[in-house]
Amino acid sequence: MNSLILRAATRALAPLLLMLALFLLWRGHNEPGGGFIAGLVAASAAALQGIAFGPVAARRMLVLPPIAVAGLGLALALLSIVPSAFAGLPAMEALWAKIDLGGGAYVPLGTPLLFDIGVFLVVLGSVVALVAALEHQPH
Amino acid sequence: MLTVVLTPFAAALAAPFLVARLGERAVFLFALVPAGLFLWALANLGEAFPGRIEATPWVPGLSASLSFALDGLSALFTLLITGIGTLVVLYAGGYLHGHPQLGRFFAILFAFMGAMLGVVLSDNILALFVFWELTSLTSYLLVGFESGKAAARRAALQALLITGTGGLCLLAGLILLAEAGGSWELSDIALAQSWLQDSPLYTPALILILLGCFTKSAQFPFHSWLPGAMAAPTPVSAYLHSATMVKAGVYLLARLEPALGGSELWLYSLGIIGAITMLLGAVFALLETDLKLVLAWTTVSALGTLVFLLAPSQEPSVTAAMAFLLVHALYKGALFMVAGNIDHEAGTRDLTKLSGLMRAMPVTFAAAALASVSMAGLPAGLGWVAKEMIGTAKVADNIGLTLTAATVANAMLFAVAAIAGISPYFGAKSDAAAKAHEAPWTMLAGPVVLGGLGLIFGMVPQLAADRLIAPAASAVLGTKATLEITLFKAFDWKFMLTLATFAAGAMLFIAWRRYGAAWRERADPILARGPDRGYDHVLAGLAALAGWQTRIIQSGRLHRYVAASFVVIAVMVIASAFRGRFALAGLTDTGRVIEWAVIALTAAAAIVTAAATTRLLAVTALGMVGLGVAMLFMLFSAPDLAITQFMVETLVVVILALILIRLPGFRLSADGDGPRWLNLGIAGVMGTLVSLLLLGVLAEPFDMRLAEWFAAQSVPEGLGRNVVNVILVDFRALDTLGEITVVAAAAMGALAVMMRAARKPDGGRGPDGGRAPDGGEGKGR
Repeated sequence: MNSLILRAATRALAPLLLMLALFLLWRGHNEPGGGFIAGLVAASAAALQGIAFGPVAARRMLVLPPIAVAGLGLALALLSIVPSAFAGLPAMEALWAKIDLGGGAYVPLGTPLLFDIGVFLVVLGSVVALVAALEHQPH
Repeated sequence: MLTVVLTPFAAALAAPFLVARLGERAVFLFALVPAGLFLWALANLGEAFPGRIEATPWVPGLSASLSFALDGLSALFTLLITGIGTLVVLYAGGYLHGHPQLGRFFAILFAFMGAMLGVVLSDNILALFVFWELTSLTSYLLVGFESGKAAARRAALQALLITGTGGLCLLAGLILLAEAGGSWELSDIALAQSWLQDSPLYTPALILILLGCFTKSAQFPFHSWLPGAMAAPTPVSAYLHSATMVKAGVYLLARLEPALGGSELWLYSLGIIGAITMLLGAVFALLETDLKLVLAWTTVSALGTLVFLLAPSQEPSVTAAMAFLLVHALYKGALFMVAGNIDHEAGTRDLTKLSGLMRAMPVTFAAAALASVSMAGLPAGLGWVAKEMIGTAKVADNIGLTLTAATVANAMLFAVAAIAGISPYFGAKSDAAAKAHEAPWTMLAGPVVLGGLGLIFGMVPQLAADRLIAPAASAVLGTKATLEITLFKAFDWKFMLTLATFAAGAMLFIAWRRYGAAWRERADPILARGPDRGYDHVLAGLAALAGWQTRIIQSGRLHRYVAASFVVIAVMVIASAFRGRFALAGLTDTGRVIEWAVIALTAAAAIVTAAATTRLLAVTALGMVGLGVAMLFMLFSAPDLAITQFMVETLVVVILALILIRLPGFRLSADGDGPRWLNLGIAGVMGTLVSLLLLGVLAEPFDMRLAEWFAAQSVPEGLGRNVVNVILVDFRALDTLGEITVVAAAAMGALAVMMRAARKPDGGRGPDGGRAPDGGEGKGR
């Protein structure tokens, strides 16, 4: 689509949306958000990019081919199951590590975050794959 | 033992990279993997009786633990799988020399090896089943390795469908077995014979399990896939059809013998099916001219013999079965590799074109001769010992018929041993022999070692008896078995019978040389109506049925699908409303102004959607409806749901808009979707029903226990304050995993459909230089 306004707006909006997606993904465990929502927000950023600059640009945002992103996400989600097996715990039992920031503050990092990143990538990859495929203009 | 089972899988992952990095030298590295496991099994032979169990919890909630047991039976199989595996890896390195997909081959081969080890070492029934299915899948890939050939693809599919169907039966049977036996561990079930066999579940469980084992081990009438599987590269045949894949069924029968054996149903089904398979395989072996097919049919015959020997749950028979298992694995592995050598070096496997190969391929001949001696059951080979034991067992059965069947099959196999193992090397030098030359050492190591082992064990049979056969038989029988082998007993009538078998076999061989072609001509029309054709008919019938029901049910119009779903739901709801009391909740409060405003907006958007005359308006209005619902979620404090709904609605509008561009007309067509009053009626009924349903649900007391539990446990157990997200990624992560798998699979499916459309001549290539829609940068197609 050849719209100067849309293009200019997209240049500003798409990175903002992506940052919003990452923010939603990160805070999802405690505040509204999470992998699903973040994946959809990121996908809408890519869709916007696609409308403004064409499907190639939309795909380029993801670095990898979209369906590979979805596959990577699935692999990460599966991978998050593995550590508990080595700890002798039942499959999918969550494991947490606390990263100490000093002064009593810490950041808890656990396998659920990895799992959520997997969800994020699956949703993002799947939606972008479809949108980008559809954005090819028919003759 | 978990490490032992997982090692080949790790090798499978590494194989493509190692081949890419090291080239064909990687094969020697690969051979170390099964060789190491072989040494592990040898070192642990001492623990084989009474056996050792190791368990790792896996999914304790489903009583699935990764428990492994090493006893005589699994030790024997582990040695065969890893030992022959080592030789096959070396052999494949020579046979597939220069093949462009060597990495893929070894990846699948190692995955298969791991699956096979999993089958024979698993103590947990569920784990065993998972590995069992993995062997079916990986052998599908191995048989169809030359995927460019239609015959290979057909054979692979046939093997997968037959063993896969058997696998489903087996799953049902194993579940019944665990129910009746009260445990998911094979070691427990082995002790449960007394009450297991009185259980009403015994008969169905046994039948289903037998179906699984018989399909896997190519018993009549499911044998047709095995000869077809000869389309695989020879190393695969040597591996799958000597010691591994097809023996999995025999393994499971032997494993379950203590629990399930001893009943009449067991005795007769194994005895009769085994005997038919044994004779059938031997006859068909005499009717083939392709060296590999001859061997395939003798494998069918040998599998029949094994099943037949497992029928009576008595010591002589079971020890004979274990001895024959070992003998057969050794000589059949050797003979398949020899067949591959001949095919590779002389360019043909046709027995009518092969003669006088001895001078060109002396080492191959020596190995073939050793294996044939064992196969024919001549003295000095281990086959002699096994044959003696089979004879003793059959005499002990005191059933004349079984002794006769075994003797007839033996005579025929004697002739086949001469046909397949000896005749290609003698006689006038054929055209093929003129250009043949000896195989490289990697391809000779296998047959020579296996043939030689047959000879060594034949010389000192007590070694094999004490270390391998007796422990295996003990595991099957559940009591300690001892085995005294004397090479020669006396000139009794049994000895005379053996001599008569040899004589009959020799005569059969001479007759085959003279009349073989005539036999084949006669048999062709009969063979053409065998189970292999039956398989074709079943497949064609299935396809026709699917086509018929697709034509009936699938109109291809979305409108009709939606209408049909709505009508069915409406009928179900109305029917259930009439059956029970159906209280409706009254309105407890009048609601806030903003709620009514949102509802009014949503309703207005819905009316606009229904009345829209252009697609764009309909899509936009529908988006408004969705946003209205999202706002309601927001008002009733479900922010996660609201954001998700909001994003989904946005993306749906984008996607629909993108699809709209592709549709031929811009305006909604009024015709073709049925009369409007009918649509209005269906929509009205559906809307009313859903409203009533919701009011009905509200009238029921609301159970808050689960919600309260999640709210209370979210922070201490899941370390998160967002209960929704903690449920999604922690408490119910398995559900989420299933959902994202579906999302990814659906995306791939939709993409595939779109790519198909794009490939059509007018469907068009993309503006970015003709890449397919999913292509993207740098993704090779």
